[in-house]
Amino acid sequence: MSEIPEKVIKNRDGQIIKENENVKLKMEVEKDEVKSVGDYNSSPVYIYHDWCVRCGICVAFCPTGVLSRKSDGSPFVEFPEKCIHCETCDRLCPNFAITGAKK
Amino acid sequence: MEKISQKTIHKYLRHNKHFPHVWCPGCSNGIVLGATIRAVAELGLKKDDVAMVSGIGCSSRMPVYVDLNTLHSVHGRAIAYATGIKMVKPKMNVCIVTGDGDATAIGGNHLIHAARRNIDLTVILINNNIYGMTGGQFSPTTPTGDIATTTPYGNIDPVFDICELAMGAGATFVARTSAYHAIEMKSFIKQAFVHDGFSLVEIISACPVIYGRLNRKGDAPEMMRNMKENVITASAYEKLAPENRENKVIRGILRNVDKPEYTKQYAKLVESLKPKAEDSNGN
Repeated sequence: MSEIPEKVIKNRDGQIIKENENVKLKMEVEKDEVKSVGDYNSSPVYIYHDWCVRCGICVAFCPTGVLSRKSDGSPFVEFPEKCIHCETCDRLCPNFAITGAKK
Repeated sequence: MEKISQKTIHKYLRHNKHFPHVWCPGCSNGIVLGATIRAVAELGLKKDDVAMVSGIGCSSRMPVYVDLNTLHSVHGRAIAYATGIKMVKPKMNVCIVTGDGDATAIGGNHLIHAARRNIDLTVILINNNIYGMTGGQFSPTTPTGDIATTTPYGNIDPVFDICELAMGAGATFVARTSAYHAIEMKSFIKQAFVHDGFSLVEIISACPVIYGRLNRKGDAPEMMRNMKENVITASAYEKLAPENRENKVIRGILRNVDKPEYTKQYAKLVESLKPKAEDSNGN
């Protein structure tokens, strides 16, 4: 996993944190069949940034505080080890852009 | 039971439509769409056995995105179109997605008469307290004193209680919940689908861009937090002191009774009027 580029970003409190870029949701839809939703090996929560509109609901209602917002408002996984797979983000996302379900 | 994941939801979406959808950031309509898809998937209904009908409005754009039998009809008349579908195909699960203005102002008569007939339709009524799509006019459910573009100094109209209206008109399954309570919403929509008779699920939802901005209600998470605090169960409401009951809304199943269903009564009537076998032999 070392070849994945890391970029330096800041959280809301101004602390510098690093984020992997490998949490993109890859979705292949062929005819009626959904082949795969997301890369299930890198992170417990998958954010599909193409569909995200940065409303902030997932960050506000995550019960364990896994997610955090970048300066432009888009969510990212700050503490992946805290995820309990409750799927709250999944159910409350109005844009189907995040999932916290187990494999 | 198999867990409904995001993968299942993507199976029910029309990916050739433009995504992300047209609704504003933080709008609750997407949450309701997700809950409806989960309900349909958990009930194991085939896509061909469900029809979704809508009128005009923000919420009424929902059938565009979902891969069921869908009909996007004229303003306020969604229930009239759905009644037609149900009479032709009595075995089909017909659900109507409608907003507060669409169902109670422009289509008010259709709502009460469908409830009176007790025809087996499922009305998912998304109540965002305003006409969002047309620019923020006040609707029958805009709270008294609140601001809309057509009531810049505050609304003086009293508010419609949609669930009371439906119960008064004779609906046999009436439930109310909010968009924050997503699990409960899914369960109520499931029960409404299964219920044999007219069922109405009112969903209190957030309109952060038009209603929220005009009335300074905060952003989408703030409005959702307000829902979490103010939309409470009947037992929690009873425990509150009378002075704290202002602005609180009761959620839960408000009525669930059985009455003769319209399409079955109609089929019985047709059967009773058919000439009997011995009659046709000349007796």
